[in-house]
Amino acid sequence: MLEIILFYLASGVALAATILAMTRANAIHALIYLIVSLLAVAVIFFLVGAPFAAALEIVIYAGAIMVLFVFVIMMLNLGEKGDARERQWLQPRIWSGPAVLSLVLLCELLYLISSIEGSASAGTVTAKTVGIALFGPYVIAVELASMLLLAGLVGSFHLGRRTLERGS
Amino acid sequence: MQELAVPLNHVLLVSSLLFCIGMLGLMIRRNIIFILMSLEVMLNASALAFIAAGAHWGQPDGQIMFMLILSVAAAEVAVGLGLVLQVQRRFKSLDMDDANRMRG
Repeated sequence: MLEIILFYLASGVALAATILAMTRANAIHALIYLIVSLLAVAVIFFLVGAPFAAALEIVIYAGAIMVLFVFVIMMLNLGEKGDARERQWLQPRIWSGPAVLSLVLLCELLYLISSIEGSASAGTVTAKTVGIALFGPYVIAVELASMLLLAGLVGSFHLGRRTLERGS
Repeated sequence: MQELAVPLNHVLLVSSLLFCIGMLGLMIRRNIIFILMSLEVMLNASALAFIAAGAHWGQPDGQIMFMLILSVAAAEVAVGLGLVLQVQRRFKSLDMDDANRMRG
């Protein structure tokens, strides 16, 4: 019973934090709400029996990726002028159309998903099981992920250089 | 294992709600940093759906897909933030409407 209450609390926190993150004018405020949302999703992972994924979510998403965002926002140094521009872009006439469109899609999704039955956790899947599957049948996926990360490293190094204009 | 566990469809409902919020953010924001954040939210929502499905069957495959999504998100954010720096240098603005032509 306790874990169901915890699940609903965590999902409420995740949804509220994500909505607040999407509607902030200041980028750093939005980022902090986004970190709260990721932590709440990590709690959901833990509750459905995936503790290893919960740890990875906190360490990599809320730790590494969000710190990358913070660094870039601080390098850009947006300030008050950027906040005012964001508020001007967030008028209701701008977002009401897309909101209605995604609401329609959301209603369809909710209708379809609510017909699924069954419980979400069939016991805890430990890190050992995940590791055995990762380096057994999924070893090609590990290689592909490493090549993708290498490509991301090379691409971000190339894009982040200050002298890109001279070369092109 | 437990009788009173979290229902699967409620986890999937939360995941689809998060995905729709991310898609809404992607459509209403013009700042490239917020667009990247919305992409993160959408990737995270799909990861939640994978984890829920994997936990429903008690198999590790959902968590492996989660790790692949994690590496895709990391690579995408690294390249995307490099692009953010270049856009800021060239256009002195983060508005994507300033950069909607293919010629720099």
